[in-house]
Amino acid sequence: MDSNLLEIKDLCVQYKTHNGTVYAVNGVNLTLQKGETLGLVGETGAGKTTTALSILRLLPDRIGEIKSGSILLDGEEITKISEAEMRNIRGNKVSMIFQDPMTSLNPILPVGQQIGEAVLLHTDLNKEEREKRVDEMLTAVGLQPSRKNEYPHQFSGGMKQRIVIAIALACNPELLLADEPTTALDVTIQSQVLQMMNDLKKRFNTGMILITHDLGVVAQTCDKVAIMYAGHIVENGTVQDIYESAQHHPYTVGLFHSIPEMNKDSNRLAPIPGLMPDPMIRQEGCSFSDRCPKCSERCRREKPGNYTVSNSHTISCFLYEQGDADKEEI
Amino acid sequence: MLGLILFLIVLFFAIAAPVFADYENEAIKQNVYEKFAPPSREHLLGMDAYGRDLFARIIFGARLSLVISLTTVGASMVLGCLIGSLCAYYGGWLDAITMRIVDIFLALPMTLMAVTVVAALGTSTTNLIIALTISMIPPFVRIVRSAVLQVKGSDYIEAAVAYGSKDMRIILTHVLPNAIGPIIVQATLNLASVLLSVAALGFIGLGVPSPQPEWGTMLAESKAQMRYHPWQVIIPGVAVAITVLSINLIGDGLRDALDPKLKN
Repeated sequence: MDSNLLEIKDLCVQYKTHNGTVYAVNGVNLTLQKGETLGLVGETGAGKTTTALSILRLLPDRIGEIKSGSILLDGEEITKISEAEMRNIRGNKVSMIFQDPMTSLNPILPVGQQIGEAVLLHTDLNKEEREKRVDEMLTAVGLQPSRKNEYPHQFSGGMKQRIVIAIALACNPELLLADEPTTALDVTIQSQVLQMMNDLKKRFNTGMILITHDLGVVAQTCDKVAIMYAGHIVENGTVQDIYESAQHHPYTVGLFHSIPEMNKDSNRLAPIPGLMPDPMIRQEGCSFSDRCPKCSERCRREKPGNYTVSNSHTISCFLYEQGDADKEEI
Repeated sequence: MLGLILFLIVLFFAIAAPVFADYENEAIKQNVYEKFAPPSREHLLGMDAYGRDLFARIIFGARLSLVISLTTVGASMVLGCLIGSLCAYYGGWLDAITMRIVDIFLALPMTLMAVTVVAALGTSTTNLIIALTISMIPPFVRIVRSAVLQVKGSDYIEAAVAYGSKDMRIILTHVLPNAIGPIIVQATLNLASVLLSVAALGFIGLGVPSPQPEWGTMLAESKAQMRYHPWQVIIPGVAVAITVLSINLIGDGLRDALDPKLKN
């Protein structure tokens, strides 16, 4: 359990567009152990999906580029291996669940064939064994194997997402990247799908990065949480650290205040004022400084490092820069 | 629907031609004593200037026309799909250069292109097919490219990459089958224009060489007798018209069925 399945160090990703360079991910550090679930939380455009796509090296051709940093998968540096080796990792060691199940299945292929394709590509199983595997996977996600010859449009949204999950897990990957897997589903189906993903993850001992902006989902499923803002991880810790500790990054505080609470008598939410900074502009100082209620002069000039507040909990804010601060520069 | 029925009738006569007539004796062998014989029970549409059975020549002509146009469209569709999908899928320099070449070819009228190629290679059925195929590829490349570009952006293509499919596999199993609609429509409509080109080239003497019965060639041969025996021109003309019309009707029907934008 102790070996690092995934280790991302100082990852920087840029998109080159006609209008200029977009600094999407600016120095992200993450580690994930086998069987662990990491929740990657943040606003739209914070760089969550970009981080996940970098792990699979699926950034858009000629536009997105990993500028610096390293991604170690099982100790192997995957930013430098060839495209053919990378293909072997995709779907086999690392697989991804996309946000919208409605569009991530090929409309003109039977679902069984789509599950079987991943198996065909990464194993030496013969046709019968592959069919058996497809049946197993469909059963595992709670669908009848007899429906494998049906087409995606014959399934409901929740069922389609189950099929997408079946495809992703068909080759027993070590790491599953789930990019907002439940955003497109309604609440009841959402919890079913999450429950099922959790069960399957435990059964296959798969590590998972769950990208979401739903803090409820994170509390329900994750072991560790990383809060992302403008291409930085601003706070990193276990679920207990994030949900129960008193010390937080001002952004995390703002994020929690933006959720309506059922048990408190309040009629107005407290959203974070302002918008995320333009990712085309490289900011001096802390990227949250413009919206931060506790911003100081220093925040506008210098970038904060990652400061350790407890064993597992780091916060990237000068408020927590104490004697024992871990002066790791971002 | 009407188009399909007409086309099936033409297809039936083309396939069953040997049942109705004897190629060597009726369509090729000249019999000058019976020239311009009026329609009779033995010769349904009468005889032509060389005493050949017109009905036999029409149905064998249908065979030839259909074989030539289907081969041409088939070959140009396969090549067009290959070039078009590679260009769209990989983009970049390959795409830019190929598209400029395609633009140059598109600037020339198809028949003119075919005339040039046939003139360079000499008249024979094979050369005719080659000439028409070359002139048919550019429009296909265009259509396939745009269809593939549209499909390429879909999430399921990205998903296929994400579970490790190779490029060729993605193009063949995921991209092309999803882009096939507009390609089929284009193919059908092209079939009609190829058929017309075959007849046109035959008429100006660059098509199928005599004495093989080809509609355009038949028109050209009998145009001298047009004033006294108009039947000789009308029959091959009608044959061309009906076939082209039927294929165009099918093409329009397919387009309406496959293109959701035209559905109200």
